[in-house]
Amino acid sequence: MSVVELEPVIGLEIHVQLATATKMFCGCALSFGEPPNTRTCAVCLGLPGALPVVNERAIHYGLMIGMALGSQLAPRSIFHRKNYFYPDLPKGYQISQYDEPLCVGGELAGVRIHRVHLEEDAAKLIHLGASGRIHGSELSVVDFNRGGTPLVEIVTEPDLHSPAQAREWLELLRATLRALGVSDVNMDEGSLRADANVSLRPAGSDTLGTKTELKNMNSFRYLERGVAAEIERQRAIIDGGGEVEQETFHFDPSSGALTALRSKEDAQDYRYFPEPDLVPIATTEAMLAAARAAMPELPSARAQRLARECGLSAERAHQLAFHVELGDLFERALAADPAHPRRLADWITGELVARLGEREPVQTRLEPAALAALVALVADGTITTAAGREVLDALLAEGGDPAAIVAERGLQALADEDGLAEIVARAIAADPDAAEQVRSGNAKAIGALIGPIMRETRGRADGGELTRLIHAALGIAEER
Amino acid sequence: MSSLIALSAAQAVAAVRSGELDAAELFEAYRARAGADELNAYVWVAERAPATAGGPLAGVPLAVKDLFCTEGVPSQSGSRILEGYRPPYDATVVARLAAAGAPLLGKTNQDEFAMGSSTENSGFGPVRNPWDRTRVPGGSSGGSAAAVAARSAPWALGTDTGGSIRQPAALCGIVGLKPTYGAVSRYGMIAFASSLDQAGPLTRDVTDAALLFGQMVGPRDPCDSTSLEYPGAIERPTREDLAGLRLGVPAELTGEGIEPGVLEAFEATLELARTLGASVEPCALPHARHALAAYYLIAPAEASSNLARFDGVRYGYRASGAEDLLTMYTRTRHDGFGAEVKRRIMLGTYALSSGYYDAYYGRAQRVRTKIAEDFATAFERFDLIVTPTAPSVAFPLGSKTADPVAMYLNDFCTVPMSLAGIPAISIPCALATAPEGGPPLPVGFQLAGPPFSENLLLGAAFALERALGFDGSRAAEGGS
Repeated sequence: MSVVELEPVIGLEIHVQLATATKMFCGCALSFGEPPNTRTCAVCLGLPGALPVVNERAIHYGLMIGMALGSQLAPRSIFHRKNYFYPDLPKGYQISQYDEPLCVGGELAGVRIHRVHLEEDAAKLIHLGASGRIHGSELSVVDFNRGGTPLVEIVTEPDLHSPAQAREWLELLRATLRALGVSDVNMDEGSLRADANVSLRPAGSDTLGTKTELKNMNSFRYLERGVAAEIERQRAIIDGGGEVEQETFHFDPSSGALTALRSKEDAQDYRYFPEPDLVPIATTEAMLAAARAAMPELPSARAQRLARECGLSAERAHQLAFHVELGDLFERALAADPAHPRRLADWITGELVARLGEREPVQTRLEPAALAALVALVADGTITTAAGREVLDALLAEGGDPAAIVAERGLQALADEDGLAEIVARAIAADPDAAEQVRSGNAKAIGALIGPIMRETRGRADGGELTRLIHAALGIAEER
Repeated sequence: MSSLIALSAAQAVAAVRSGELDAAELFEAYRARAGADELNAYVWVAERAPATAGGPLAGVPLAVKDLFCTEGVPSQSGSRILEGYRPPYDATVVARLAAAGAPLLGKTNQDEFAMGSSTENSGFGPVRNPWDRTRVPGGSSGGSAAAVAARSAPWALGTDTGGSIRQPAALCGIVGLKPTYGAVSRYGMIAFASSLDQAGPLTRDVTDAALLFGQMVGPRDPCDSTSLEYPGAIERPTREDLAGLRLGVPAELTGEGIEPGVLEAFEATLELARTLGASVEPCALPHARHALAAYYLIAPAEASSNLARFDGVRYGYRASGAEDLLTMYTRTRHDGFGAEVKRRIMLGTYALSSGYYDAYYGRAQRVRTKIAEDFATAFERFDLIVTPTAPSVAFPLGSKTADPVAMYLNDFCTVPMSLAGIPAISIPCALATAPEGGPPLPVGFQLAGPPFSENLLLGAAFALERALGFDGSRAAEGGS
């Protein structure tokens, strides 16, 4: 074990593919799975003599991102060439930004932003052969459809301190970008990609340890697991008296293994220099005004509004606002029936989220109005919470109208006149020990009586009503 | 020589438009001469005249330097690495001139990737000077200059990065104009050094230069971010004297290192300028002596990046039999590039390297700024700056190939204007013999002006040309 407690320090570098109509430096439409090399031209193929022209929409989106993150928007920024050889890089350099980026500084949810800059995506290498990976492949081919897609790179300061926090923050960032409408922000499809810089230091220290880089984690879960694995690897080295070396790793989510890609010794010299084929970006007042006018309500503002207007707790409002799809479902359901905002929020963040797994609400059969109707049925006592869960399962799987499902399945809550008192009496008779414990003040023992009743009524009995009936039958006064 | 060939391009345009001359017949006459060329000025000659629609250039054919992309026609920039490469598009300037009625006659030989001052660095063999076939035509636009001088083309397109239009024009006894940087689109020019490359005309006389250049400029090219709309039209020069013009003679570019015969011709031309009404006074360009050093850092640095795309992956030459990617890259570039290109790639790579950038590339850029300021200051007192174009007359083939620095000194008088981005024209002013003897050979007189002063330059050059009465037709007879 460590003599000193070690604190993880994590910074993220996020690449966001912008949802522009055309590529960063040419007029080719962005590609969404078209046949290889059908979205290319002289510019994005790097043909001799071709020259780049900056996509103004990409600058607009970059400025919106900078505004959302509270960055300083540079009045003048320039592109640089980052030189290296690889078959997915047709010009032999990537046009990126270096020491004069579009946006500098900023902050999101307590994590400081270092910079935000524009660049172009590389093409895609496809390795043909059994493994599908570069090793052992018989032939590698290049699909240039992706090459030149506009990217925004967002670099944070090392302000994150656990894998879970890193994941949560990335989700917040994704929600913010999604609200801006500047990207599909889909990690599966690579429109949102994250690299993590990870180091350890003695807790409380303000110096930074040697960092390693984890490349291209393509889901929130893999980010969390990859960073956790790297923290453990570094911890083992330090505990063993060793020193962490500056390296770059690939995290394989299937095996959980970290594979070193390169060490500090083979760090490339990219020979950055100002791109002479482009003129500087002069950010004009008109560009700023256009970006400002296009800014939607951001998640943090939405959280405040939901808390204020709907009486939600800060935590609930935050959960809904920073998970855009849940927030949208909430607001649509509330539009259908505004009567029960807090219950609706609880159902969405509790029961629904537990059932969605990796899906989003729109990927199920659930309609916002149906969810609102379900919550109303529970709220007015037509059905119990347990029956409500059954209805929700049905809505997710098949859709439909909650009232109809209740009627069809006979899920209405049982009342006195349905013989509930008789069922209660039978349950007390069946378990006199439990009844005695309840009577002598052990409130928890009531569960042993309620359980069999719920089984018998298939959850249609209301728990509160049952408690009242049991107490009455046992002669216990209601606490009010 | 047929009377057809004896016509200047402007005369031919007039003859076609008045119906005295058939454009197809003119094309065929030049096609025959270009096809029979013994100077190695051409690397490709058209088989037939394209259907032309008249236009302001009336179908007078145009020879085009190899590095301009011409759709479906070899465009190899003088390099074996692009042997047989046929682009899918036309360079903007080629398309503009074709639309104006100047059909493509042929592609002219050049130093590989425009790197050289003698056209001996071509991957397709050296070009010979029509005045003396044992001598070089200058470079890098040596094929274009030799073709125009030998009357195998009415006029030609070249490019100038540090003197590559002006110096071969001087050595071949013709007119060469390097325009203001940005005046002519670079889209489709296979790049050498992006911040310096500029296309311009090589012609028999100043009137032809104005006529051709006038069709090269116009609205800015949306495909070239560094291009500019030309302010106003290019006028046909008519000026008969130099009355009131103040000519500045920079001591830094008119002394040491200039051959006595060249200096004598230059001074005689200054005397002639005085008789035409110009004032001639010394002027200072204090940083000009550093121009060559700065140029040979900036141009190779940009070239090292511009030439990275020639990697064997997508087009051009690829070395066969490589077992892995790195070997494929290194063998392809080892075999495909000539010695001078490799020398400059290495120079440029070094200049941009981490740790050396500030000392080399950064400092060179600061010198460049100083040189531009020198010119701006000089133009407060002078209308034009005049110098010899090249320090020597045409030199024997092979005489400087073993000494790169001796070769680089050819650009001594032309590089400062390139770094400053200002226009300059070279006109033939006299014949002179080299110090070691030999036949009388052309000497160039260079005039440089502030940005976008091409009308002034062409006007002054026209007045001088009339007064000089230089006869360039001897070159067409095979020289002396």
